[in-house]
Amino acid sequence: MRARKVAHMPSNFILEVGLPHYLVLSSLLFVTGMAGVLLRRNAIVMMMSIELMLNAVNLSFVAFSRYLGLLEGQVMVFFVMTIAAAEAAVGLALVVAIFKRFKEVNIRFFEHLKG
Amino acid sequence: MNHQLLMSILILSPFVGFLINGFRYKKHSANLAGTIATAAAAISFLSAILLFIDLLGMPAESRKISVSFFDWITVADFKVKAGFLVDQISAVMILIVTGVGSLIHLFSVGYMHHDKGVAKYFAYLNLFLFNMLLLVLGDNLLVMFVGWEGVGLCSYLLIGFWFTDKEKAAAGMKAFITNRIGDAAFLLGMFVLFLTFGTLTFSEINALIPQSPETSWLGAITIGTLFLFIGATGKSAQIPLYVWLPDAMAGPTPVSALIHAATMVTAGVYMIIRLNPLFLMAPNTLMVIAIIGALTAVMAASIGLTQWDIKKVLAYSTVSQLGYMFLACGVGAFGAALFHLMTHAFFKALMFLGSGSVIHAMHEEQDIRKMGGLKKYLPITHFTFFLGWVAIIGMPPFAGFFSKDEILWMSFHSPLGHVGLWALGAIGATMTAFYMTRLMALTFWGKSRVPKDVHPHESPAVMTIPLIVLGILSVIGGWIGIPHVIGSILPGHPENIWEHWLSPVIKAVPNLGHAEASQEWLLMGVSVTLAAASAALAYHFYVQDPEKPKRFAAAMGKFYEVVYNKYFVDEGYFAWIINPLVRTSKNIWFYVDVNFIDKATYVLSDIVRGGGQFVRVLQNGNIQQYALYIAIGIVTTLAFVLMR
Repeated sequence: MRARKVAHMPSNFILEVGLPHYLVLSSLLFVTGMAGVLLRRNAIVMMMSIELMLNAVNLSFVAFSRYLGLLEGQVMVFFVMTIAAAEAAVGLALVVAIFKRFKEVNIRFFEHLKG
Repeated sequence: MNHQLLMSILILSPFVGFLINGFRYKKHSANLAGTIATAAAAISFLSAILLFIDLLGMPAESRKISVSFFDWITVADFKVKAGFLVDQISAVMILIVTGVGSLIHLFSVGYMHHDKGVAKYFAYLNLFLFNMLLLVLGDNLLVMFVGWEGVGLCSYLLIGFWFTDKEKAAAGMKAFITNRIGDAAFLLGMFVLFLTFGTLTFSEINALIPQSPETSWLGAITIGTLFLFIGATGKSAQIPLYVWLPDAMAGPTPVSALIHAATMVTAGVYMIIRLNPLFLMAPNTLMVIAIIGALTAVMAASIGLTQWDIKKVLAYSTVSQLGYMFLACGVGAFGAALFHLMTHAFFKALMFLGSGSVIHAMHEEQDIRKMGGLKKYLPITHFTFFLGWVAIIGMPPFAGFFSKDEILWMSFHSPLGHVGLWALGAIGATMTAFYMTRLMALTFWGKSRVPKDVHPHESPAVMTIPLIVLGILSVIGGWIGIPHVIGSILPGHPENIWEHWLSPVIKAVPNLGHAEASQEWLLMGVSVTLAAASAALAYHFYVQDPEKPKRFAAAMGKFYEVVYNKYFVDEGYFAWIINPLVRTSKNIWFYVDVNFIDKATYVLSDIVRGGGQFVRVLQNGNIQQYALYIAIGIVTTLAFVLMR
């Protein structure tokens, strides 16, 4: 419902930075991250891309929080950051293990994790 | 002792024997297994005697011991009890089955001594006895049918007992399949009777039959009895289903004696006698039975004239004698049929066991061309076989004379009979005398043709004792049914005990005329003279002038060939029934199954597989690609939701 309240684009888009700018940036970051996850083969790059997507989401959370004057969005960001940290810890551990084994971090080596 | 207990012992004793030997057949030695099985049969025989004595103590009109153990099937109107009945008919049968059965068990102890599967053999033999008792004692058609199927199974198991020999295994299958045709008809007969009478119990059916005979060919009773008779032709080896019995000789010889001569093959005759009031109400069926019986008697006897295998001769003789029993049933002389059934059980079991003794002595040789002159090696076997021989060719005063003569007389005298039937019967009797004498002559008399390396020896006592007992029975067995004409001139005027005994349960032939004693004497004289002449001729042929039969056979040319090859009946069945059936089945298999049903499923599976081939490229195990699909999905969904 709140999404419907998004204001029409102001006349002076370049000078007056508002919510739309953040959202555009956020979606650009998200798409970049997604492209990285989908297309790259390097596990570390993929993890960075995931990080990028998470932060794109964080950005839009904060932007909405500010715009609507509600704190929930910012609280949410902390959760996301916590999860991102955990994910990075686990993911990097895996990457290190794979690297030690194959001297390379190509995503296809993760197949060997199959039971 | 109370009847329920006696009846349970009678029926269950062989079954217990079967279980004991059946579960431990690998461990039991020949003697142990034989002792257990023979004891089981003997216990059964004892309880049969006790029941018989009880029956004798009852007043003649109400001689009946009926025991019902439990309700077997109860569905709406359809009620069947596991009920068993001993009356004048089944009393005779249980005495034959268990008595002759015990003797044959005893004989088997000697005969099967060296066989590897001897305990299994005895287990089957006991199981057969159990099923035969079910068949004979059942007080309704369904219990009888259980026994009927059971004896068929045991017959199959025992014919194919030496199943490693492919031919013998095939003989077992032939017997089983031929019997199944008859069994199917038996079932249909039961359906018709149940639809007509609403019950399958013998006493109830016999109470419900109409007062006057059914003249139509399409009446329920005629059709029902005809179906039952087809069932009987299967089990009792009559035209057209007799072909299995000669092949059944592949089994051990005591089995041939017990199952394929004395007991199982008489089941069809017994069933008809059991339902005699019903069959009397269907004169059309009786006519068919009489004709089939007479034709079978003559045809099988004529084949018996040419065979060289000692057991094959006896097998065709059995088919022929069963034909006489059916002839008797067909002319309404059910008592005579049961009489012949009994005497035949004695002398034919005797002859089969005798042939077993000969085969045993000859080291598994069955071809009578390689025998001859065995009289001096096997004196006991020869003497008992001799008694069986005079009994079967109908020489007075031996057992076969009284029963066969009664049948021939009735087929002439009964209003349901015909002079033609009598003539066929007399021809059959003449042939019987010939082939039996031929068998005697080639086996025991004349010059020895025994190969040099074979040294025949008399069998041990366990085998000769049954022969002696059966030999005695073959002599005196007929004396309980001496016809009035003979009885009246004998000192003491012996009565026809047999007729008297059966009269409460066997209906007399309707409109039976007065018997002219002179006529009866004349017919008796004719048949005995014919038999004696034919026996003398055979003696001349095979003992005095052994070259004559060859010249005679050569003179007969083609005709001899046809008879020797059993009228090409088996070949005919193959050409006209079995092969067309196989061909049709193969065609149906090829066109319907392979080309239609299989094809249809292949098309279906091809569609699925083709579709799968197309979609499977999407599922390649690449996580990134899956993620891409998810992304595409989300974008599409979002686009759809937002653009709306």
